[in-house]
Amino acid sequence: MLTSKGIKNVKEGFPLKIQADEVKNVDIDFDQDFISKMVPKLDWNALIFAAQCVGHKEDLPDTLPEGYENDEDLLRKLHHILLEVEVINGCLECPETQRKFPISNGIPNMLLNEDEV
Amino acid sequence: MSKRPEHQAPPEVYYGVDEARKYTQNSRIIEVQEKCTERALELLTLPDDQSCLLLDLGCGSGLSGEAITDQGHMWVGMDISSSMLDVAMDREVEGDMLLADIGNGVPFRPAMFDGAISISAVQWLCYSDSAAHKPAKRLYRLFMTLFASLARGSRAVFQFYPENDAQVELIVSQAMRAGFTGGLVVDYPNSTRAKKIYLVLMTGGGTLPRGLQDQNESGSLQAQYQRRERMKQIRSGKVPKRAWIMHKKERRRKQGKEVRRDSKFTGRKRSGRF
Repeated sequence: MLTSKGIKNVKEGFPLKIQADEVKNVDIDFDQDFISKMVPKLDWNALIFAAQCVGHKEDLPDTLPEGYENDEDLLRKLHHILLEVEVINGCLECPETQRKFPISNGIPNMLLNEDEV
Repeated sequence: MSKRPEHQAPPEVYYGVDEARKYTQNSRIIEVQEKCTERALELLTLPDDQSCLLLDLGCGSGLSGEAITDQGHMWVGMDISSSMLDVAMDREVEGDMLLADIGNGVPFRPAMFDGAISISAVQWLCYSDSAAHKPAKRLYRLFMTLFASLARGSRAVFQFYPENDAQVELIVSQAMRAGFTGGLVVDYPNSTRAKKIYLVLMTGGGTLPRGLQDQNESGSLQAQYQRRERMKQIRSGKVPKRAWIMHKKERRRKQGKEVRRDSKFTGRKRSGRF
């Protein structure tokens, strides 16, 4: 979901590569409507890429299957990868400038220096 | 020195460890923040039965986020103060948070959010903390990137404390420049303390909601006037002493305090024999 678009000269800045050093699972209540509403907003390839980065690809399909709204099993998996997997420590890397944004204590640091704005 | 925190230090410095902790323990601040958030959510006019993804600009220690969670929505917060975010992590709020400067824009993909709120944060952008900070430019950047990351037809509500009219004008004009429609909603405009200014920005069409009015405003003014008149009469000695004492006793009885019973001696002078 995040981009590094804020940096000068970066056009797309997406998807950010996730380098996870520490990953935590948290439990959040499953809300089917919310997840199926989220799906059209997601870039499926980027999601698969992100899931691979954090090592939770599991058996997510490579392309978005039709009729996902009624596929509760798939939505549950999405729920897990979207909301329950949290990267505690690591960093995000911009695909164009290789600028790294550190993640510490679960909070990504997206602060930019003045010359980068 | 002025009392406004905006004059004292930039936000990432002002909300250091101590201030972040104090801020989150102060019950009055908690209450005010909660109320503001609830009102802001009301102004967002989200669909009732669905849970939406919201963006909280200047989420701080997650006080506003908790109110969002209570209403059943998911949120992502942004703040520039890492101490505030640490406090939020300690309190185990449910949203995801991001350490970022909202003046540098909102780093999200287009049309991610169903709405955005910001509680007492955006006025910080009106101050320039370094030579490279140009308030108008930073505000424009914020509104422009925010406009892109909101879904069409959704709204953004900013509650803020402007220092003067020039700031209001600056913020509103930059928001309009970025393509938003909408305007200010002022709640309780005649009260200094309860007055709250909300900037309601819409990406699609829609009508601006009206600000709340204090119902018994005129009543309370009248009551004040009556009290003043009564005090005047008492001081000038027009009301007999006994009536005044009876009135005071009655009042204290209503307050549940221990009061001597009334007798024929109530309000009399002592005889000189003492």
